[in-house]
Amino acid sequence: MSSILIIEQILNGLQFGVMLFLMAAGLTLIFGVMGLINLAHGSLYMVGAFATAAVAGATGSFLLGLIAAMVAAALAGAIIEMVVIRRLYKAPHLDQVLATFALILIFSEGTRWLFGSFPLFLDIPDVISGPVTLPGGIAYPIYRLTLIAVGLAVAIGLWLLIERTRIGIQIRAGENDREMIAALGVDISKLYTLVFALGAALAGLAGGLVGAIQSVQIGMGEPVLILAFVVIVIGGIGSVRGAFVGALLVGLTDTLGGVFLPEFFKLFMETGAAQKTGSAISSMSVYVLMGIVLIWRPTGLFGARS
Amino acid sequence: MKVDERVCNALVLFGMLALPLWALAQDEPFTITLVTRAVILALAAVGLNIVLGFGGMVSFGHAMFFGIGGYAMGILAYHAQTYMPLDLGLFTFEGTKSMPVIWLVAMVVSAMIALLVGLLSLRTSGVYFIMITLAFGQMFFYFAISWAAYGGEDGLSIYVRNDFPGLNTLVPIQFFGVCFAILCVVLFLVARLRASPFGLALNAARQSGVRVETMGLDPMRIKLVAFILSGAITGLAGALFADLNRFVSPSMFSWQLSGELIVLIIIGGVGRLMGPVIGACVFVALEHALGGLTDFWHIYLGVILLCIVLFARGGLIGLLTGKESAHV
Repeated sequence: MSSILIIEQILNGLQFGVMLFLMAAGLTLIFGVMGLINLAHGSLYMVGAFATAAVAGATGSFLLGLIAAMVAAALAGAIIEMVVIRRLYKAPHLDQVLATFALILIFSEGTRWLFGSFPLFLDIPDVISGPVTLPGGIAYPIYRLTLIAVGLAVAIGLWLLIERTRIGIQIRAGENDREMIAALGVDISKLYTLVFALGAALAGLAGGLVGAIQSVQIGMGEPVLILAFVVIVIGGIGSVRGAFVGALLVGLTDTLGGVFLPEFFKLFMETGAAQKTGSAISSMSVYVLMGIVLIWRPTGLFGARS
Repeated sequence: MKVDERVCNALVLFGMLALPLWALAQDEPFTITLVTRAVILALAAVGLNIVLGFGGMVSFGHAMFFGIGGYAMGILAYHAQTYMPLDLGLFTFEGTKSMPVIWLVAMVVSAMIALLVGLLSLRTSGVYFIMITLAFGQMFFYFAISWAAYGGEDGLSIYVRNDFPGLNTLVPIQFFGVCFAILCVVLFLVARLRASPFGLALNAARQSGVRVETMGLDPMRIKLVAFILSGAITGLAGALFADLNRFVSPSMFSWQLSGELIVLIIIGGVGRLMGPVIGACVFVALEHALGGLTDFWHIYLGVILLCIVLFARGGLIGLLTGKESAHV
């Protein structure tokens, strides 16, 4: 267990964490402002990944692909908001879960219909492929570092948007009191569509970025969606700051747990059994983390106290 | 046209019994298996409905109990079929192929897990409850995947269906009979439960915990008991489902299955005694009919579900009886 390995794993955990943040930020905004549980958020992630694969494949430009991902996901988001989601804001959570579950089915099968069942692969542009040597002699893929940088940049941008702009004021006001900001003359339904499209664009961006290191396939959104839910529950639903802290916690726990728990069990078990027990427990570690947080603070780390 | 809910219920049960008998006469064993599948899914959803419909707790992790029931059957039968006793430390257990024993184990283990999960989850409510039950379900899912001793990701195959005294369970209609009888017994008990003082208290706890407390009852405790009962019933359904397929795998724990169980209840009608049963029949029928028409049948299922949420609140029973809510 060298320090190089540890640093590498921490970077991997950070990379995973910031990508989860892109997903979780949209989810938590949508829940905070509109009070909606959006299971279809994973589908928007998938839409982004497929749009990147299609456009990057046709034009040869990864950057154009990413722009296409955000545009396609934002469009898809705006359309489902106007056609379906809008009718669900006042519905009980149960109806929201079911309707967005139905949207997942429609999106997944629709994508299968358009692109077929086989996974697509995305090439990383030459400039950012290959490893870079970090101080301390650690060779680490540039692309993953880029992901961390993009994720952090989006986090800062989102913070500026929410804290420093007029739209941000409206979003924060919308979280506190919908009727009041409607009474102040803000077009609330436009604001809702905008927030939904913004969240969708972030999910699409995450899909396009992660699609390049994994394969782009049907159903890729659901595992990420569930983890993003874990993130926002840990962070406190509605809190973007909570989503950021939660995402890093979950990313690091998941990555480091997978590497270090088997090692930990080797201290007092035979190697084979330790490997099995360690990997079994590490695959559950994120959910154990969430359980502990919720038992300690039933509304998450940064959630509103009721 | 408004139909009385009781007439509606009786018709559904009659149809569920008549279809396999007709299939038996026509010598179409596949149809019998299909109806058996609907019966078992209905049973699982009847369990979930106690929590979700009567108690107002949206559990998004009930596949956890379905899977536990499935694995209880898988593990017991696996030890019996390989003649490797199960070493439990204090004593060893031969494994068993006897259905009643398996059912009992499935229900007891599910109930114990439900007690633990319920104690932790019921501290939260609303969205947090949905998410924490989802998280517990995922925990079991990943545990099952990495549990190499019982097949890990590949699951466990059981070669011969387990035994029920006096029956040959490998004959589809006989196994159907067992499942259908269980469903009827459970439905009867759940109907009694709903009308009992406990059921009324649970209904009250759904509406207002504070009022229940002022009556001198502990709403937490009532909800916890409901959660345990619900888990045990869904666990029993899991054991039957595993026996139907003679196969268990981590997919029994998947969150999609939790979602589907919720879907069954909403299609039929939330909080109705027979809601889950009607939902399961419709779901299995749709799956079969649309699946035969096109490979992309999930799109149509999605559209139908959307229409039910947007336009038919109260589910099919609500639509038929003209009453949107199950609760008066």
